[in-house]
Amino acid sequence: MSTPTQIVAPKFEISRRAALAQRETKIAVADLNFFYGRAQALHDINLNIPERMVMAFIGPSGCGKTTFLRTLNRMNDVIPGTRVEGKVSIDNQDVYAPGADVVELRRKVGMVFQKSNPFPKSIFDNVAYGLRINRLTSSKSELADRVEEALTDAALWSEAKDRLKSSALGLSGGQQQRLCIARALAIRPEVILMDEPASALDPIATSKIEELIVDLKKQYTIVIVTHNMQQAARVSDLTAFFLLGKLIEVNATEKVFTAPDEKVTEDYITGRFG
Amino acid sequence: MEVHRHLDEELDALRDSILRLGGEVEAALKRAMHALIERDSDAAREVLEHDDAIDQLEVEVDRQCVDIFALRQPAARDLRFVMSVAKMAPVLERIGDHACNIARAVFDLNNEPELKNHIRLREMGEIASSMLGQALDAFTKNDAGAAREVIKRDAEINELYNQIFHDLIEMMTKEPATATRDARLLFVAKHLERIGDYVTDICELTVYMAEAAVIKHRH
Repeated sequence: MSTPTQIVAPKFEISRRAALAQRETKIAVADLNFFYGRAQALHDINLNIPERMVMAFIGPSGCGKTTFLRTLNRMNDVIPGTRVEGKVSIDNQDVYAPGADVVELRRKVGMVFQKSNPFPKSIFDNVAYGLRINRLTSSKSELADRVEEALTDAALWSEAKDRLKSSALGLSGGQQQRLCIARALAIRPEVILMDEPASALDPIATSKIEELIVDLKKQYTIVIVTHNMQQAARVSDLTAFFLLGKLIEVNATEKVFTAPDEKVTEDYITGRFG
Repeated sequence: MEVHRHLDEELDALRDSILRLGGEVEAALKRAMHALIERDSDAAREVLEHDDAIDQLEVEVDRQCVDIFALRQPAARDLRFVMSVAKMAPVLERIGDHACNIARAVFDLNNEPELKNHIRLREMGEIASSMLGQALDAFTKNDAGAAREVIKRDAEINELYNQIFHDLIEMMTKEPATATRDARLLFVAKHLERIGDYVTDICELTVYMAEAAVIKHRH
């Protein structure tokens, strides 16, 4: 049994978007420290992320938000000289436990990056890639169904259905990013980590990604790192503010943007930082 | 940072505008009460002539708020400040309208012999004026405690209104010939009582701005 998510108690009832009490914890982080060699990048992070919600990480460059995001599916493992202390549990399974299955972790926790990175293959093959290498489908028709489902969920099906065999590199920037989301969705993850997924896109493509994020949270737990505070305000239920490797405040997004508990959060939100 | 320096300048300009509006409304109320007590029709005329300026200031505050919302997307304390100012401007403008209504009553009252029921109205006007001044001070200083103190004073105005109401009704019964003038004074009292309510609204907005606490309808 997972424990109900504990959120910093607001001073007054403000959360309308999020029915916090009804959600269970999907990701629980306890006393997490992270080091690049001798440099400590994250300090004693304690945070519960509830299921089927969008949590945004905000903070100035270098505050550790991306590093923290990458600890959630052990993406930092590939960087030499890094070290993790503390615990990250997803569905009560410690992802850093000896013998933990990293491949299974990354199937469960998909990731979308700042710069869309489609493979130089067809649209179909991009989405089918994870299904094929993980042998998640048993027939060609099942594979085709799963590709269609993923493209539909990523709001790309109607634009891509007539050109599935065309190169993914021929898609626009916004379409490529949605393709990467489809690729992540195809293997049916439970959590999607997004690292500034719309920072390279124009306002219309950004708006499509944001609508998609709001739709996806019905099924998935989403964690998004963004430098765009209005984007955090628009798409997230909860906002976490990081500074100098520390988690300063987690609150309902409405509260963070109208009356944050911490002065330093307010200074950052209002642009009077430093 | 350049962008935020501009935001600060715009917030300062907005603060100046709302305080100018507050100052004009405060002056209008004082002038209207002076016109009533001293039977000074010239002063009453000035109140009415000046109302356009108050209306224009309200429109100006509105425009500034919309621009800041649209172009700066204020958050946290900035958001609460702009939101409070946007809601405060029409409240101040309405206080100005009540001052005008008092001024109009003065013209009618000055066409007839004086009635000696001004003492309590004078007191009521003084309390309303001083509450308005204190409310604007509390807003300027972002002082929720002071705003809460002003809200408590609304009870004084309400109490005086009840007394004046009974006095004037009694007067109408005893001396029917004064009924028209009594009725006009009753309207003046009602305007002052409403001003007390509007000052309360201003103070509630100050509490929201300073503490993010919503105290509307809770006292």
